[in-house]
Amino acid sequence: MTYALEISDLRKTYRGGFEALKGLNLTVKEGDFYALLGPNGAGKSTTIGIISSLVNKSAGSVKVFGYDLDSQINEVKQHIGLVPQEFNFNQFETLMQIVVNQAGYYGVSRTLAKERAEKYLKQLGLWDKRNERARNLSGGMKRRLMIARALLHEPKLLILDEPTAGVDIELRRSMWDFLTRINKEGVTIILTTHYLEEAEMLCRNIGIIDKGQIIENTTMKALLNKLNVETFVLDLEQNEQRPHVSSATMRIVDDHTIEVDVAKSAGLNSVFAELSAQNIKVLSMRNKANRLEELFVNLVEQGREAKESV
Amino acid sequence: MRNPIYFTALKTIWIKECTRFLRIWVQTLVPPAITMTLYFIIFGSLIGSRIGEMGGVSYMEFIVPGLIMMSVITNAYSNVASSFFSAKFQRNLEEMLVAPVSNITIILGYIGGGVARALLVAVIVTLVSGFFVPLNIQSYGMIVITVLLTATLFALGGLLNAMFAKSFDDISIIPTFILTPLTYLGGVFYSISLLPQFWQNVSQFNPIIYMVNGFRYGFIGVSDIQPMTAIAVLLIFNAVFFTLAWYLLKRGTGTRT
Ligand SMILES: Nc1ncnc2c1ncn2[C@@H]1O[C@H](COP(=O)(O)OP(=O)(O)OP(=O)(O)O)[C@@H](O)[C@H]1O
Ligand SMILES: [Mg+2]
Repeated sequence: MTYALEISDLRKTYRGGFEALKGLNLTVKEGDFYALLGPNGAGKSTTIGIISSLVNKSAGSVKVFGYDLDSQINEVKQHIGLVPQEFNFNQFETLMQIVVNQAGYYGVSRTLAKERAEKYLKQLGLWDKRNERARNLSGGMKRRLMIARALLHEPKLLILDEPTAGVDIELRRSMWDFLTRINKEGVTIILTTHYLEEAEMLCRNIGIIDKGQIIENTTMKALLNKLNVETFVLDLEQNEQRPHVSSATMRIVDDHTIEVDVAKSAGLNSVFAELSAQNIKVLSMRNKANRLEELFVNLVEQGREAKESV
Repeated sequence: MRNPIYFTALKTIWIKECTRFLRIWVQTLVPPAITMTLYFIIFGSLIGSRIGEMGGVSYMEFIVPGLIMMSVITNAYSNVASSFFSAKFQRNLEEMLVAPVSNITIILGYIGGGVARALLVAVIVTLVSGFFVPLNIQSYGMIVITVLLTATLFALGGLLNAMFAKSFDDISIIPTFILTPLTYLGGVFYSISLLPQFWQNVSQFNPIIYMVNGFRYGFIGVSDIQPMTAIAVLLIFNAVFFTLAWYLLKRGTGTRT
């Protein structure tokens, strides 16, 4: 099995003493579509910065397709395409200049670079804008420009740091289609995102990072299977009587609202039956928040508790 | 540079750099032409005619090489200083840092851009000077060597400045407080033999004296300094600056966190 990325015991202490990564371990298989999730400041961009050699690591090792970051830096760089979190192109250059120059830095000849520029700018819907200066693009277009730029040397590993931040739903979907397509063509993709829906839609494997450590590294499927308990919010008709539910875990929120945790297999019938027996009328019911989001928050909290108790 | 990847990367940086200063030609090529024309009119024609000879030639002929050199120095310096700093500031330098571009290639690419602009400005200023005084040339070799080494040296200086700079102010401090005084006191407008002995000795420590005199020697065959000394000084400074720039880039000073 070849790994597209192998990180072991990665540490980063920024100047000033802040420890952003505290022994991070992570492996991503070749061909994978991997999501790196974590709250703000967790260390996602720091990790990506180190992989793409924009940030110097303090300790640990990084291998990309078996090439070591310390001793085979050029091979590592040649295999990676980076879409950074912040716009970092020259605002005064045209799209064509930006992507063709980037290819040049990887040793791609100008003729070949121009062919590929046409291919990728067209696929990303930017071809009409090719002679426009980058600063005249909309935010969503700038994101796509950075994707095109990262692909011109046809890397085997594409790393995207929040590629869909500030991109509208429709465009986001077209970006997802595009990424799915190039992943099918064999490009390993790692992306960070704050949209859990995005990770769920796209990724096969997922890592959750918090305070500089991986607290969960699993398949998307396994993660979703953990979600066998759902929480419902029930609005009740005002009633003297305190509601009583024994077939599920129940919390009273206020006089006319309760929350129940129900195992998927159990169903809601017994809950309703109990409430009917007490003459309590259920006015409406909704699913509480996004399940995945809740799970995410739970995992992060569990991770923090575990660390504190150590 | 045997490796074709490095060569393509070098060419790319160079083209990018040249495209940049040509795109903003109003800021990069026009001002030196205007400033130098003013110098020629005021110092050369108006005041120069009263000064008479200097170094065995008319005052106008004497200052032309110095003024060309002055434009080479400022343009090589400011091209690299502002381009590299804004690449750092806008973070598009990262485009090179993530790619397998060696540090030497980055340095050479930026130097190449600065030298290209300096030479282009030198040609423009030389053409302008042709309106005021006929051009005599004693030694093409000396002209080419001194202009090239001076351009590379100040391009490197601009690069070093940009690496340390944290704001746009930082890239105007050195030119204002160090470069301009050294240039004005660097024998552009006078022969140092006119100075009292003490100041002649002090002037020996101003590296620009060597460049201006070496370059002037190529035109009028007269110099306050031995031409070979001038070349040696230039070579030494170039080597020191290059090594320093390479070391800093490798360490990531101001470029990598
Ligand atoms: N250059 C720096 N100097 C000092 N501290 C830094 C630097 N860059 C990042 N940090 C700190 O390191 C921590 C991790 O930052 P990082 O950018 O990796 O987080 P992130 O997971 O990408 O967050 P986000 O989701 O907000 O992008 C943060 O606490 C941040 O303040
Ligand atoms: Mg980030």
